Amino acid sequence: MNFPKELKYSKTHEWLKMEDGVAVIGLTDFAQDELGDIVFINLPEEGDEFGVDDVFADVESVKAVSDINSPAGGSITAVNEELLDAPEKINEAPYEAWLVKMEVSEEADDLMSAEEYEAFIESEK
Amino acid sequence: MKLIFERGGEGHRSDFLPKNAFPEVQFEERFQRTEKPALPEVNEVEIAQHYTQLAKQAFGVSNGMYPLGSCTMKYNPKVNEEAASLKGFTEIHPLQPAETMQGVAAMYATLEKYLLEITGMDHVTFQPAAGAHGEFTGLQLIQAYHRARGDEKRTKIIVPDSAHGTNPASAAMCGYQVVNVPSNEKGGIDLALLKEAVGEDTAGLMLTNPNTLGIFDENIEEITSIVHEAGGLCYYDGANLNAVMGIARPGDMGFDVMHMNLHKTFSTPHGGGGPGSGPVACKEFLQEFLPGRQVVCEEGKFRFARQPKTIGSVTAFDGNALVVLRALAYVLTLGREGIPQAAENAVLNANYMRVGLKDVMDVPYEGPCMHEFVASAKTIKKETGVAALDIAKGMIDCEMHPPTIYFPLIVDEAMMFEPTETESKESIDRAVEAIKGICAKAYKDPEELHHAPHHAPIGRPDEVTAARHPVVRYEVKEEE
Amino acid sequence: MGDFIVNTAREQKEMCQAIGVETPSDLFNGLPEDVRLTAPLNIPEGKSEAEVLSLIEDMADQNKVFRTCFRGAGAYRHYIPAIVKNVTAKDEFKTAYTPYQPEMSQGILQSIFEYQTMICEMTGMDVSNASLYDGASAAAEAVMMCRDRKRKTIYVSETVNPRMREVIMTYATAAGAKVETVPACSDNTTDLEKLESLLAEDKEAACFLLQEPNYFGRLEEPQIAEKIVHEAGAKFIMACDPISLAVLKSPGEYGADAAVGEGQPLGLPLGAGGPYLGFLAAKQDMMRKLPGRIVGETTDHDGNRAYVLTLQAREQHIRREKASSNVCSNEALCALTASVYMAAMGADGMAQVAQMSASAAHALRDALVEAGMEDVTGGEFFNEFITASKVPAEKIEQACMEKGILSGLPLDENRMLWCATEVNTPEEVAKVAAIVKELAEGGAQ
Repeated sequence: MNFPKELKYSKTHEWLKMEDGVAVIGLTDFAQDELGDIVFINLPEEGDEFGVDDVFADVESVKAVSDINSPAGGSITAVNEELLDAPEKINEAPYEAWLVKMEVSEEADDLMSAEEYEAFIESEK
Repeated sequence: MKLIFERGGEGHRSDFLPKNAFPEVQFEERFQRTEKPALPEVNEVEIAQHYTQLAKQAFGVSNGMYPLGSCTMKYNPKVNEEAASLKGFTEIHPLQPAETMQGVAAMYATLEKYLLEITGMDHVTFQPAAGAHGEFTGLQLIQAYHRARGDEKRTKIIVPDSAHGTNPASAAMCGYQVVNVPSNEKGGIDLALLKEAVGEDTAGLMLTNPNTLGIFDENIEEITSIVHEAGGLCYYDGANLNAVMGIARPGDMGFDVMHMNLHKTFSTPHGGGGPGSGPVACKEFLQEFLPGRQVVCEEGKFRFARQPKTIGSVTAFDGNALVVLRALAYVLTLGREGIPQAAENAVLNANYMRVGLKDVMDVPYEGPCMHEFVASAKTIKKETGVAALDIAKGMIDCEMHPPTIYFPLIVDEAMMFEPTETESKESIDRAVEAIKGICAKAYKDPEELHHAPHHAPIGRPDEVTAARHPVVRYEVKEEE
Repeated sequence: MGDFIVNTAREQKEMCQAIGVETPSDLFNGLPEDVRLTAPLNIPEGKSEAEVLSLIEDMADQNKVFRTCFRGAGAYRHYIPAIVKNVTAKDEFKTAYTPYQPEMSQGILQSIFEYQTMICEMTGMDVSNASLYDGASAAAEAVMMCRDRKRKTIYVSETVNPRMREVIMTYATAAGAKVETVPACSDNTTDLEKLESLLAEDKEAACFLLQEPNYFGRLEEPQIAEKIVHEAGAKFIMACDPISLAVLKSPGEYGADAAVGEGQPLGLPLGAGGPYLGFLAAKQDMMRKLPGRIVGETTDHDGNRAYVLTLQAREQHIRREKASSNVCSNEALCALTASVYMAAMGADGMAQVAQMSASAAHALRDALVEAGMEDVTGGEFFNEFITASKVPAEKIEQACMEKGILSGLPLDENRMLWCATEVNTPEEVAKVAAIVKELAEGGAQ
């Protein structure tokens, strides 16, 4: 499983990358593997505001639905609408298939580095 | 298999009507349809053949064993169908004057009386069209009761995590917040957790008893009194009433309101998903909130009356009358002795099947079950990789319907069996042998099971593609 | 007494032995004493099949079957071809459960897929669900599905069937949703100017429900309503009589976002009010908001065409308290009935039913006016219309009943809502007109 070094990770299996003051958020390789074939994703709208750990989206497989928690607080500036028609991209390339971009007003204090996250997953097993 | 749109062809049709005896009406052009709907063009002969072929690819109770847990797939007696085809019922307009539908009123009044005796409740509405619809209605009675008392702070409904998905969904439709309480090892309510969960924000509790593991909660009276003491009301999900009808009554267990599934417990057919009927019964103090109209008998004549503080209506008319009529035929047929006998035999059959399977599958909960039991393929999956889903698909090749799988959510690899009372010992023996055979095969040839069924009209369908890129209608129009 | 229990006492005993109990009732020993019934149920003894049928026939005899029916108001008597009843009586369809196991339920799944397609064709929509309980509850589900975090208010025309409106109000009250009624004009159509001003003031308008033809039989101006509603950023929902759609413009042609209605006219008997059929269809962008089951096409691993329940993650069994609807059981057999009816009739046959119904209704209107009643419908109608007369409506109803005719529905003291369909004949029209005439002349004397 792949966990790029330049990303930060949350305990609820989202990744976060800062790009010019804007957070890009997605699901980790571990998350997509656990979820199985993703068939649909419900995304928020631009301008929606969320706090740290708030549920900002949910993701559907054939027989399950899972919440996605926000690894930061702030307002949504962009939504990856491509995923609405091609949710399989999350399975195929989880670090390219970003979900939303967020202007961060509140940072989570417990995000992990790639190494820490890998250890965290091990400990969860 | 061809779609009906792919049969027939241009000009194929049948005439069922005489010529128009009146002058034609011409609507203004702006009201006229411009694009003709592309319905099938088929003759009656082609229709008969089409649906006969479709029927061959469907499986009903009359085709074989159907042990779908929580669904009570008992035999659908044919006398019910005979009753429901009488013109004296089928040709009655729902808005006829009461004096011209005394038989319809008598039907409701009679079945109401029997259902109240079976449930230990005081009043019934037949308006809800299905079980979930009944839950929604029953919860509205609870909501109306609290609102009428000015008790606006009751915003939460307690639901055990073993509950049917409709319970939390119905509560949400009433704007309630759902408090999920974990079940104890028997799938029942953990009294300590319940006591923690209730409070002055508790609107009510939703519970099915026996629970979804098929176990009767021995603390039921304490459970309902904990909720009552906190000022909440208790809702009984009647999905599992078949286990206890004529033996124990929700009204005596402390429940205030409940629904019944006439299409489960009272033998009306499921029709491939409906229609059902989900009458709601309640205690006296909730009567004033009942929806629709109730049948009232005065001086030997029936009339319909509305309740003063009614919540309104949940369907347009009085209910699924022809389903209610079937259920009435059933209760009349079974009667005083037959009702508890049905429950006893449902429980007997379930336990017989449980004992038959416990050597080959995990049966996590020891001791007698009620009308259904939950087995688990956990060990088999661990040892062979064959999952509950594979076993279920293997059963299709044995010409029986699989049980409910992956429910309740609290059991891994759950397989929930409910053979019902109308299954014979012989058919249960046959089913047990078949499942044993499948379990043995799991150890010898798991691959074959991963690809089961092998003798059905289709193999396993690709549900991922179906959900990712939904094709939900046939494109009738030709490509241009 | 019938009991449908196959096992004999001997077999039951063998089963008890296998389980390790003496009698079946021992299996209930875990129940608390307090809740166990000690006396037999106070209901009659079980009866033979012959007795049961005879009892129910007695009840049927206490209902009056009217040879002639001029009443609609949400439930309609149409001709039902024999093939429709024959197909839906098949045990494979009638006694099956919801098609959870696609490999052994292709027949049911395909029939639902065909139903969805036909409903889409009739309404001009892209996607239909597999059915809901009835037209009124389907309308309630339809308006509720349009609500979201930002848009909350539901607008419903006063010309919508009052039973449908009541059910909408009930659903909305439960959820704490706001419903605004858009008043009717004197010509019994919706006051669209009022609609425009209401929507202009409300940034939270979620949707507007218009019935076409409306409760009073009138044809509305959906093309104007559509513009008003969409300009306000709300969803436009139309409630329709499916028969009328064979000749009248479809919701799709009017630009509606969703279409809903009572499917009973499609081959289902009046049946004292049910089971009926709620249909609900929508444009593509609302697909995932639709409540209830939806069947989709896919392939099996050999590439064979196959049908499955799809988009299930919207539904209560997966989404639980986050599901937008709790619907589980629907009206599948009624949906099958409707598909067989639509297939049997075809587009031309349905247009014939629609034309004959409208023709009969217009002839009935002419005859009643001739007999002294006033047509107060207010303009163009389909197969229902309203009359007013000096003779009390109930008196007319009573006089008709005595002659075996179910008259129009009394709306108030003097107004009646009449309906005619293809089953009504010129003789019936003449007969009811004669009754009305006699009363009118009697009243004048």
